Amino acid sequence: MKIELTRQKVHNDFAKKVELISGQNLFACYQCGNCTAGCPVAFAMEIGPHEAIRYTLLGLEEEVLGANTFWLCASCLQCTSRCPKGIDIARVMDALRMVALRKKERQDHIQIAEFPEGFLERVPQIAFISGFRKFLS
Amino acid sequence: MDYLYFPGCTLYTKAKNFDQTARECSRRLGFELKELPNWTCCGATFPLATDNIMALLPPTRILANAKEQGSTLTTLCAICFNVIKRTNHLIQEDAEKRDKINNFIEKNYQGDLRVVHYLEILKQDIGFPRLKEKIRKDLGGLKVAAYYGCMLLRPVEEMEFDDKERPTIFEEFLESLGAKAVDFPLKIECCGSFQSVGSPEVATECAYRILHSAIKNGAEVVVSTCPMCTFNIDHKQLEIREKRLDFKSIPVLYFTQILGIAMGVDVQMLGFEQNFVNPEPLLRKKGLL
Repeated sequence: MKIELTRQKVHNDFAKKVELISGQNLFACYQCGNCTAGCPVAFAMEIGPHEAIRYTLLGLEEEVLGANTFWLCASCLQCTSRCPKGIDIARVMDALRMVALRKKERQDHIQIAEFPEGFLERVPQIAFISGFRKFLS
Repeated sequence: MDYLYFPGCTLYTKAKNFDQTARECSRRLGFELKELPNWTCCGATFPLATDNIMALLPPTRILANAKEQGSTLTTLCAICFNVIKRTNHLIQEDAEKRDKINNFIEKNYQGDLRVVHYLEILKQDIGFPRLKEKIRKDLGGLKVAAYYGCMLLRPVEEMEFDDKERPTIFEEFLESLGAKAVDFPLKIECCGSFQSVGSPEVATECAYRILHSAIKNGAEVVVSTCPMCTFNIDHKQLEIREKRLDFKSIPVLYFTQILGIAMGVDVQMLGFEQNFVNPEPLLRKKGLL
């Protein structure tokens, strides 16, 4: 992926917004990659959680929000529990989700109408309730 | 001593066997699970966005109502436990949010309730040595993989459940029933959780890895504490079998079901009809039913 950095991007308010919603200091991150190494769904992510943090710090809003990273986070808190700098990375992932879902287009990540037949009967309601909270605007 | 009990929504539908066996085992152990009146859904996720106070209202209301009835609240579902315990912690620590929430729900809850998981009751209040004395059927070295999942353990500062990387409570519990606890590296790994709604294939892969790791280390049965995990590692074995041709099914039980077996609870009461992989053939072969 080609990434273009501009002074304007680096100084936009994206990182500030993510820091505000997550309550975390992203600048504490020194890119050790422990979060990505322990993440159980990193195999399916386009960029790892540590990269998502770096991108966010560089103001690359489009690149971060366009990646599937934070949508795949299951909030299992393995990254949070292993971060040597004490960053609650799961909160950062949730903040990215919030930034995406709170945009004025209000695009949902999942479409309930498109669930396959029998899906609603099969899956337990806790999966739906947490899923809807994470994926619907 | 009786405990106030918050079952949570899934234990009333997809995981009746979890609820039923827990109640029966409690009776046999000499305490009652007193169901909290008028309980509501806990919200099923602890809100990680710091500005999402709305999602804290249901668990706080549950806690406030429980406080009016007693001093200890217990749950079985690991997700409910996580949400309620973390909310309790937040109410204790964050005065500003506490006031805001209390004003909104018209309660005055200060976070002074003891929130415990059923396993903690067995360990702290009953004690595993005493539990061992109450066992009517020794599990005869059945090789059981204790799958913790994430919700009981993390974040460790708030859950205060067990060590975050090498927990032992579940193994101690299984050993006291006469089972052989199988250690496997993915016992604290995530099952994919609600991704079974968002990205089902990713969740299937997570579940496969966990089961594969347990089987490779010699497990005959996997035991879980969470209806969400159980859906992913038990019911989704259907999808795993389609994707991984070498995969052999393994029964997944709730920890209260295995406790029930050891306490001699009648097989009709164990609710195996809700387990996707039927554990009966294995248990009969081992002479446990």
